[in-house]
Amino acid sequence: MLSIKNLHASVEGTPILRGINLEVKAGEVHAIMGPNGSGKSTLASVLAGREEYEVTEGEVIFQGKELLEMAPEDRAREGVFLAFQYPVEIPGVSSTNFLRTALNQVREYRGQEPLDAVKFLSLMKEKMALVEIDQKLLSRSLNEGFSGGEKKRNEIFQMAMLEPTLSILDETDSGLDIDALKIVSNGVNKLKSDKTATIVVTHYQRLLDYIVPDYVHVLYKGRIVKSGTKELALELEEKGYDWIKEEVDSATV
Amino acid sequence: MSKDNQILEELTSKEYEHGWSVNYEADEAPAGLNEEIIRWISAKKEEPEWLLEWRLKAFRTWQNMAEPTWANVTYPKVDLQALKYYSAPKQVKKTKSLDEVDPELIAIYERLGISLNEQKRLQGIAVDAVLDSVSVATTFKDTLGKLGIIFCSFSEAVKEHPELVKKYLGSVVPMTDNYYAALNSAVFSDGSFCYIPKGVRCPMELSTYFRINAANTGQFERTLIVAEESSYVSYLEGCTAPQRDENQLHAAVVEIYAAAHAEVKYSTVQNWFPGDKEGKGGIYNFVTKRGICAGDHSKISWTQVETGSAVTWKYPSCILKGDHSIGEFYSVAVTNNYQQADTGTKMIHIGKNTKSRIVSKGISAGKSQNSYRGQVQVMKRADNARNFSQCDSLLMGDRCGAHTFPYIDINNPSAKVEHEATTSKIGEDQIFYCNQRGIATEDAVALIVNGYAKEVLNQLPMEFAVEAQKLLALTLEGSVG
Repeated sequence: MLSIKNLHASVEGTPILRGINLEVKAGEVHAIMGPNGSGKSTLASVLAGREEYEVTEGEVIFQGKELLEMAPEDRAREGVFLAFQYPVEIPGVSSTNFLRTALNQVREYRGQEPLDAVKFLSLMKEKMALVEIDQKLLSRSLNEGFSGGEKKRNEIFQMAMLEPTLSILDETDSGLDIDALKIVSNGVNKLKSDKTATIVVTHYQRLLDYIVPDYVHVLYKGRIVKSGTKELALELEEKGYDWIKEEVDSATV
Repeated sequence: MSKDNQILEELTSKEYEHGWSVNYEADEAPAGLNEEIIRWISAKKEEPEWLLEWRLKAFRTWQNMAEPTWANVTYPKVDLQALKYYSAPKQVKKTKSLDEVDPELIAIYERLGISLNEQKRLQGIAVDAVLDSVSVATTFKDTLGKLGIIFCSFSEAVKEHPELVKKYLGSVVPMTDNYYAALNSAVFSDGSFCYIPKGVRCPMELSTYFRINAANTGQFERTLIVAEESSYVSYLEGCTAPQRDENQLHAAVVEIYAAAHAEVKYSTVQNWFPGDKEGKGGIYNFVTKRGICAGDHSKISWTQVETGSAVTWKYPSCILKGDHSIGEFYSVAVTNNYQQADTGTKMIHIGKNTKSRIVSKGISAGKSQNSYRGQVQVMKRADNARNFSQCDSLLMGDRCGAHTFPYIDINNPSAKVEHEATTSKIGEDQIFYCNQRGIATEDAVALIVNGYAKEVLNQLPMEFAVEAQKLLALTLEGSVG
């Protein structure tokens, strides 16, 4: 589904990603872990098409198409979803209104009829139950005055509504207490299928107790320096990142 | 629910969509401004002697006045002698019913999306259609007449209800009020008159649609709304003009009188031609709008969505004379390219326990300049006056300007006046967030701007709110990216 080859990217001339290679197949969950500043969030942003990041080398093929050639909105319409680490507030625009606009633009791109009000509402009801979100939250201005947990839950709700093929969760666990973490993870798990894939970007192993990855990759200094299964995450939890840093740094010296 | 999307879909590559004009034979005054012209206009309109005298008095006062220069706008001086002060399509005749109105004139309004056909129209809005200097047609007159409501062109009101016109004309905006109000008093052509009798709640929205078609012609309309005791009316005003290279002058006067327990809601969606991308052409919109809450417990509420005009100079105000009276001002002013707007309000608290609320949302894009200018004045005997003002500015890009000029003048220690102001920019983060959900940038801007202006748009009647949303998005098209 997703094939990242030798991806290099920089911000304002500073290289952050220095040759990422990653293959993600349908039905898989990949966890990207790594110490602070290793480039985890940059990878998520580059895949989604954030402008500040300049891709200097490499290619990304998503379902047979050159992902990096597409505008951010077209990537979304093709089925790439990014759950933001810091969801943005848009005053005066309700989540409902926002999602209706988004969903219908995605549908239009895919040559589908826009959803009428009745169908939209019933879809919303269905997905609300799935991710356990309160309707009251959705009539408020998007993310404005939401708690950290509410924002993250709203991200997963949007993901449920837009039914992406590839979901990238950027530190979705940050700022969540254990109950919120369970609810959010439950939502993600329910949305998984053998046709979709998930990339979970996280600093801590904790989230991976709930969203169990098939593969775990450790990112350090802009490269994937170690890959393994979920056991690798447990090892990291126990030993921290220092041993990996040492391994890598001594190898490069 | 699909309405929003429909609106957004319409925001393709359109620029100013009402830029067309129609050729018709016009009955015009020669260019120039002097007493002869004023006599000519008055005679043309078969006015009574007192009104001619009133006009001449205004003209003589105006001659000794100087054009105001305090507004934060710059434009070449208007050559008032080069303008024509009256232009009317020859087809406009006195008609008893709408069926007799020339179809060609009706077609102009159809093209603007304003149907003058009562059967076809959505129920609930009566329209007075003003083309250049004259009223073309007024709908639902009979329906309203049965309730004692008078809704007609100003000229007709002068003929049919001279006692009312004489009583209220100039009572809120004196002819000597300011340079442009005095000019309007001297040369005003037509406009709407509306009278709601005691205890009557007007069952439909009353609206006037102003269209400037003729070239080199100033439009000086005059609107007078009188709401008697315990009455209610909601009034809408819309306006467009053809796309022309030269600037055109629009200097209107609107007066509102509210008796005890009366409520008047006045909404404007101003979409005069703003000039092209280089700042060429466009309407100069120099307007005086004022309402007086004359009776106790009366209320006047102004809502305006200002998207058009090259230069706007406009301060819809409330004189809160009656005790417990309420004044409100809700405004969204958008400027793009080279547009300049200096707009705001005045709230004059005279009565006891009077309240006012100001919500101003400025949006600047391109190389435009957008100023809020507002005055809150609390007089000596206005015990317990309350005011809340909120002035927000949204900037798009880094070549535009937003300015706020609040004047507060308190002469009573029991007054409570609050002023809040914010300035923000449309964030790239917000746009990227929308993009990532599949929303294109132009639509993202429309969504964000409409959200920002929501508090004001919510004040508009439904049909107008939809039009206003479309306009906001259209005006800002191409301003990001």
